[in-house]
Amino acid sequence: MDSCNCIEPQWPPDDLLMKYQYISDFFIALAYFSIPLELIYFVKKSAVFPYRWVLVQFGAFIVLCGATHLINLWTFTMHTRTVAMVMTTAKVFTAVVSCATALMLVHIIPDLLSVKTRELFLKNKAAELDREMGLIRTQEETGRHVRMLTHEIRSTLDRHTILKTTLVELGRTLALEECALWMPTRTGLELQLSYTLRQQNPVGYTVPIHLPVINQVFSSSHAVKISPNCPVARIRPAGKYMPGEVVAVRVPLLHLSNFQINDWPELSTKRYALMVLMLPSDSARQWHVHELELVEVVADQVAVALSHAAILEESMRARDLLMEQNVALDLARREAETAIRARNDFLAVMNHEMRTPMHAIIALSSLLQETELTPEQRLMVETILKSSNLLSTLINDVLDLSRLEDGSLQLDLGTFNLFAVFREVLNLIKPIASVKKLHVSLNLAPDLPEYAIGDEKRLMQTILNVVGNAVKFSKEGSISITAIVAKSELLRDSRTPEFFPVPSDNHFYLRVQVKDSGVGISPQDIPKLFTKFAQTQSTATRNSGGSGLGLAICKRFVNLMEGHIWIESDGLGKGCTAIFMVKLGIPERLNEPKLPFMPKVPTNHGPTAFPGLKVLVMDENGVSRMVTKGLLVHLGCDVTMVSSSEECLHVVSHEHKVVFMDVCVPGMDGYEVAIRINEKFTKRHERPIIVALTGNTDKVTKENCMRVGMDGVILKPVSLDKMRSVLTELLEHRVLFEAI
Amino acid sequence: MDLVQLQRQFVDYRTSLYHEGFLDEQFTQLQELQDENNPDFVVEVVSLFFEDSERLLNELARALEQQSIDYKRIDAHVHQLKGSSSSIGAQRVQKVCIAFRNYCEEQNVEGCLKCLQQVRHEYSLVKTKLESLFQLEQQILTAGGSIPM
Repeated sequence: MDSCNCIEPQWPPDDLLMKYQYISDFFIALAYFSIPLELIYFVKKSAVFPYRWVLVQFGAFIVLCGATHLINLWTFTMHTRTVAMVMTTAKVFTAVVSCATALMLVHIIPDLLSVKTRELFLKNKAAELDREMGLIRTQEETGRHVRMLTHEIRSTLDRHTILKTTLVELGRTLALEECALWMPTRTGLELQLSYTLRQQNPVGYTVPIHLPVINQVFSSSHAVKISPNCPVARIRPAGKYMPGEVVAVRVPLLHLSNFQINDWPELSTKRYALMVLMLPSDSARQWHVHELELVEVVADQVAVALSHAAILEESMRARDLLMEQNVALDLARREAETAIRARNDFLAVMNHEMRTPMHAIIALSSLLQETELTPEQRLMVETILKSSNLLSTLINDVLDLSRLEDGSLQLDLGTFNLFAVFREVLNLIKPIASVKKLHVSLNLAPDLPEYAIGDEKRLMQTILNVVGNAVKFSKEGSISITAIVAKSELLRDSRTPEFFPVPSDNHFYLRVQVKDSGVGISPQDIPKLFTKFAQTQSTATRNSGGSGLGLAICKRFVNLMEGHIWIESDGLGKGCTAIFMVKLGIPERLNEPKLPFMPKVPTNHGPTAFPGLKVLVMDENGVSRMVTKGLLVHLGCDVTMVSSSEECLHVVSHEHKVVFMDVCVPGMDGYEVAIRINEKFTKRHERPIIVALTGNTDKVTKENCMRVGMDGVILKPVSLDKMRSVLTELLEHRVLFEAI
Repeated sequence: MDLVQLQRQFVDYRTSLYHEGFLDEQFTQLQELQDENNPDFVVEVVSLFFEDSERLLNELARALEQQSIDYKRIDAHVHQLKGSSSSIGAQRVQKVCIAFRNYCEEQNVEGCLKCLQQVRHEYSLVKTKLESLFQLEQQILTAGGSIPM
């Protein structure tokens, strides 16, 4: 026996059990060594494993366990103490590590478990999302289909194309077997099959509109499932197959009048079309909600598109109509213009042609009047004259009126004496009035300006016409003429609301009223008065002559003068009042102040005397001085005589209204005197009127006189009449340059 | 001579004056200016004319006797005379004055002297005539009649 430190195993090594244990230990050790290798290999492969540290621990534990079993193999036979030592060390290490690992696992296993649950949760979520995505996708596809359909429908404005396209696209999108559109007939009592998808030309099937199923569809804005057996759905020959599901939806037919501003069109029309959609037979397809929604949306779009098409049709028709009318109007205008031109040419020619013989007739008749005639002959000649005068007036009137209507007549504006116009009218009318024993009175308002700017001739014509009418239509009584300046309260006459006169600084409105007590006018005739060629039919006026143009012309003149004319009458037999207002300009105040010596109502020849008019006469020649003085004294003036320029300048004052000076004597500078007088009197109205008396007949003298500011030049010798008219002229107009 | 005859004589005489060109329209104007306010107007004016003309004629004679003739002055005088004569209607005198002025402008001494003579002649003629006319007038007035127009 060796005294080796061997340990004998418990049991003999040749025992069978021992052999099996030996083999098992060997395999265990093998497995225990290979497991960590595998672990390391796979962990190295996956980079994400989070518990490396645990793995290392585990690996160590396993390796040590394997080592333990491996060393155990040697303990089956006799083995030295060293082996036993190693074995023990290994076991101790293994124990430590496995305990550590066990402790570690206590921390780790719950974490691992929760990872697992989270994984499950996420998987569920993913499945759910998938489902939703599927839904959204379906919806989006529907939307796309709608958009596409809408685009197709709205890409045309033709009604037929719209409807056809709708059916086609719907059929395609929803894979329909048949799609049909029923439109209400004109009577509104039936629905007629208008369009289908498969059949090209639908024969006119009609269905009464008041079927319950149709009412059901029309009363709801949703697509409604209907039975495949109802009349609207039975358009295909019944096959041997199971018909697919049918859905119907209403399509509102909108009119232009439905579109209120800022309002969605109200569906109060109650006119609907019916769209019927059929799924293919023998398919197990059902109508899905999103498909129904699609159908409803499309139906609305179709309604809108149809209404647009209707509007377009309407506007096209209106535009065509307008164009036609424009063309017609253009033609009419051109024709009218041609007609007017032709008429004007005619008038112009006829005017001249007519006037020439008229002139001859009138002239020769008046000459004839002057000769020796028997009373009968005189009567005849007078009648001829009167008639030709009438005719001449008529010709003038017609020509005037046509010019007035063209608007080619223009007023001849000028400054004129307003009072003189009225006096003239009065003078002209007095003879006739006195023959008819009518009393004529003229009333001029005190604030009426004496001078005005306007068309004197035509104003006189107007006044004369109005007054003449008053005289013509009055058999007895009186005629009163009143002229005032229209104040603003009176300007807005209640009877003429459309007339808005606006007075200004440069203008005033003259209001003339002519009242007569004659036959009057009945109210229904008043509007016709100013119509040309229209005459009232009462017998009294039938023989009064006149062409009926007078008032029409007056109205035109008054309108040209921016005024208004009207006639009021209380009825037949109650007289009538003619009133007109015209706009006249106010001239510059050159003619003021009015001389207090001027008689208020001068006759046609002007004043015969100028009582008290202070006059200064400057003349070196005693004789002519005396003669001039004699002239002026005879006319009633208060004459001061001077014989030299110094004396003249000394004596002249603002009291002298006129200064007569002789300028043709050489050596005495009359011009100088004029200049000095001009300087002396700065205000124009204070300065006396300076008149040169000269025997010189050359233009130089006249120009010199005008240059130095003289107001007039007269040639010597001066007769009485000449002096009288000179003074009148000077005092009226402050200027007189005799033609030299 | 009785009134009617006087008046007729007056009218004839006056008409002859017009016909012979001694008087023109202006004289008629003067007569028209005569009225009850101014009864002697015509006589006054004519007298004034006579005075004026005589003065002027003397001036003219003197001026033309000068060695160096002042034509401007002469022209002024003649102008005055022309004015006066035309104012009362002494037509002939006026006509000569016009010719006189032309010679003055030409500074023609001969012409001027000749004209002066003519003027004198015409003046004295018209003076005599007018004086006779006034005498006749006076006679009529004394006889209690009125001067026929």
